[in-house]
Amino acid sequence: MSMFSIFDIAGSALSAQSQRMNVTASNLANADTTSGPDNQAYRARQVVFESQYQAGSSIGGVRVSQVVEDGSPMRQEYRPGDPLADESGYVTMPNVEPVGEMVNMISASRSYQANVEVMSTSKEMMLKTLTLGEA
Amino acid sequence: MIDKLDNELRFQQDAMSLRAERQQVLANNIANADTPNFRARDFDFSAELASSLQKSHTQGRGMALATTSDRHLHADSSSVSSRDLLYRVPDQPSLDGNTVDMDRERAQFTDNAVRYQASLTFLSSRLQSLKTAMQSE
Repeated sequence: MSMFSIFDIAGSALSAQSQRMNVTASNLANADTTSGPDNQAYRARQVVFESQYQAGSSIGGVRVSQVVEDGSPMRQEYRPGDPLADESGYVTMPNVEPVGEMVNMISASRSYQANVEVMSTSKEMMLKTLTLGEA
Repeated sequence: MIDKLDNELRFQQDAMSLRAERQQVLANNIANADTPNFRARDFDFSAELASSLQKSHTQGRGMALATTSDRHLHADSSSVSSRDLLYRVPDQPSLDGNTVDMDRERAQFTDNAVRYQASLTFLSSRLQSLKTAMQSE
């Protein structure tokens, strides 16, 4: 296990957190999408994180194991004039929860920052190590 | 002769490689701050350093050069054996079973980085003084 695996570890967290951010962006963008390719209202997506291990060691970073669809019930909105309304006048709206998504976004960006910090600290450490014995 | 030089620098070298390893463990904790059911890990630095010094004094470490004559150099490589990784005790358990306390991890991470640089400075000044002692003037 070399010193450089810190970059793999922090890098895996960076890509996992940015994927989480992408999913949040997709959820927020589609918060009012009543129809998609399958003619269904958009369902919120959530990422599932999983820690991964390098061979022969018990540490190794994180990855997104899957992106799951949120199973919570869809929102029903009374809009009799909408072409997608059912016979009693209700339109099925996405189950995106904007407050939860904002919290998710802030949490993802904080974690991302922490990992960038880890990377830059480690980079400085390594650069200093390279100058060992000089001067 | 080379052996003596090696002994001079061995302590700081051991300390630094342990610090580097701890840095990875802490980086892993920070990376997994949002992973459900992840348990934060760490190791007891002073105990690991003591055992690593003990090992290098008595039996040499992990892999060594094969020697077929008494006059061969006894060069050891510092093998990074699997550390005794412990689990951190959370003071504020979270619902998803994750025990990473971000503030604590970051504080430890910074502390560890500074101590690594301290070891680096010590090692570098040790090298400097050995160099000075070797110069003819």
